[in-house]
Amino acid sequence: MPLLEVRNLKMYYETLHGWVRAVDNINLYLEKGEALGLAGESGCGKTSAMLTILRLLPFNAKVFGGEILFEGEDILKMPEDRFRKEFRWKKISTIFQGAMNALHPTMKIGYQIAEAILAHENVSKKEAYERAGKLLDLVGIGKERLDRYPHELSGGMKQRTMIAMSLACNPKLIIADEPTTALDVIVATQIMKVMTELQKTLNLSLILVTHDLSMISEICDKVAIMYAGKIAEYGDVITVYKSPLHPYTEKLIKAFPSITGKKRELPSIPGFPPDLLSPPPGCRFHTRCPYAQDICRREEPKLIEVEKGHMVACHLVG
Amino acid sequence: MPLGGINMTKNIVEARNLRKYFPIKRGFFATLFAKESLVVHAVDNIDLEIKEMEVFGLVGESGCGKTTTGKLLLGLIKPTTGKVFFDGIDIFSLDAEELKQIRQKMQIIFQDPYESLNPRMSIYDLVSEPLRLQKVVETEDEIMDRVVKVMETMGLVPAEQFLYRFPHELSGGQRQRVAIARAFILQPRFIVADEPVSMLDASIRSEVCRLMLQLVKEFNVSYLYITHDIARARYMCDRIAVMYLGKIVEKGPTEEVITRPLHPYTEALLAAVPVPDPTARRTKVIIKGEVPSAIFPPPGCRFHTRCPYAQDICRREEPKLIEVEKGHMVACHFPLRK
Repeated sequence: MPLLEVRNLKMYYETLHGWVRAVDNINLYLEKGEALGLAGESGCGKTSAMLTILRLLPFNAKVFGGEILFEGEDILKMPEDRFRKEFRWKKISTIFQGAMNALHPTMKIGYQIAEAILAHENVSKKEAYERAGKLLDLVGIGKERLDRYPHELSGGMKQRTMIAMSLACNPKLIIADEPTTALDVIVATQIMKVMTELQKTLNLSLILVTHDLSMISEICDKVAIMYAGKIAEYGDVITVYKSPLHPYTEKLIKAFPSITGKKRELPSIPGFPPDLLSPPPGCRFHTRCPYAQDICRREEPKLIEVEKGHMVACHLVG
Repeated sequence: MPLGGINMTKNIVEARNLRKYFPIKRGFFATLFAKESLVVHAVDNIDLEIKEMEVFGLVGESGCGKTTTGKLLLGLIKPTTGKVFFDGIDIFSLDAEELKQIRQKMQIIFQDPYESLNPRMSIYDLVSEPLRLQKVVETEDEIMDRVVKVMETMGLVPAEQFLYRFPHELSGGQRQRVAIARAFILQPRFIVADEPVSMLDASIRSEVCRLMLQLVKEFNVSYLYITHDIARARYMCDRIAVMYLGKIVEKGPTEEVITRPLHPYTEALLAAVPVPDPTARRTKVIIKGEVPSAIFPPPGCRFHTRCPYAQDICRREEPKLIEVEKGHMVACHFPLRK
């Protein structure tokens, strides 16, 4: 049984102009100890999908169907109270986008981490602080900094604090949404290293949401490519990067500049992602796809398994 | 003006001993009793020259002084010491009126097209604004002609479809094209592009980059391309300079610097760039720590606190920027190869 299984999940936002189909029928699988990268352009629904798993959706969002099975149990069906007490932070936690601003500026970081522990577990204050100190040691900040305020820390240290906080209640799954965007390359690499090491030593599962394909290739085992609210391709990182089947995946990978190897022409994908208020009929990528045929404009391709563990939604494959 | 070849060596922009220290505001008593006032050493004694039709990259981590350098070159802020020459003219010796004149020829493209365009102005107003400010065109018809022409050059075709729309109706890529159109409508000779694609999606970054390169030939323009993304700088720039804590530590032809770096910092920067290839995961140990404070920069070589090869002399003496190979300069006591 996979640790997390998302089945036919649909989540739309209600706006003045109609329903925005941010997450439209997606499927995901994640085994214990596995790292999954969820990649796609901005507005493709990757953050929305993760917020649905955490049940942190804004008021105008509505789940229209599907299941999110965590260890076999559907977390969408359980009452909020139970989810908050037993799942959020204890089983599934998150590292938010823009960690720089996610910490409270007038509270000591030790308190902020201890607060997360106290809110979810029945322990004494003293014990919570001790655990907070251990967590800071674990991420390489050191427990002597428990009494520091966020402004006394550098960007990299704030991000490490966020990682420590996400580990506060020994979760099984961590969802990291663009954890390194605001950081410099060198610091970002340090953070990625901390995350991979922790993931391996604590046998955590990780979902890394990012638009940066190179980051996924560095730390993930599996990758899911999202386009306009749908999963376009899913599979093992090496298989997907080395022999991508979906035209979008292929172009997206080629669009990334590389520092190694020969300098080559960088192709881009003409056009821009569709408006999710009224997505195009058929395959959603057909408006930008160079290989688009008649069928692509009419019929929506299904996500099919081409070889073991490698799935793609494209009419031209198979 | 002859294109390429012969005239390539003429400098359009030159900076000499450029320094910019920002004073730190402190409380009344601290100012009264402090022995010395504190300053941020944003840019500390740099020299650079940008040739005609050259794309010159300025690479470094945030806070290293890249953007300050860009602003100094455009005369948007005054340097503490040093001079900037544009086409041989010392821009800080000019009065306000003369500076305004020369500004027609130097423009800037900002990082974030979601912030840099006024949301209440139509695209037509946004693109025509520089013409109106500089009063270079007389009639409305002429303004319209030039706006349409420059927008079509930027790939906003047909221009009529965009003229009366507002920034929020456009995609990120289109907005950045509008920002570029604004910069090019006065037919400048020098453009500072401050992280022009970092806010755009990966799939359209290359498109905007290609447009910018194409404009070099069409408008005979030179760029100062400011970025922290050294991988993309490789595709954009003829030469690059690597900055660290207000100093240029290495400068040279792009491929030279990237394939055979001389400074340990450049090496570390290159090693930190993630590679979109899961079979080539990096194993190399990268440097520790973060950039030290620019208020109290370390003595000697500023990189010595993080440098894996640091020796005694690095802690004492500041290395000079010396030419190791033709056109390839480095400021290090122990360059990686000689």
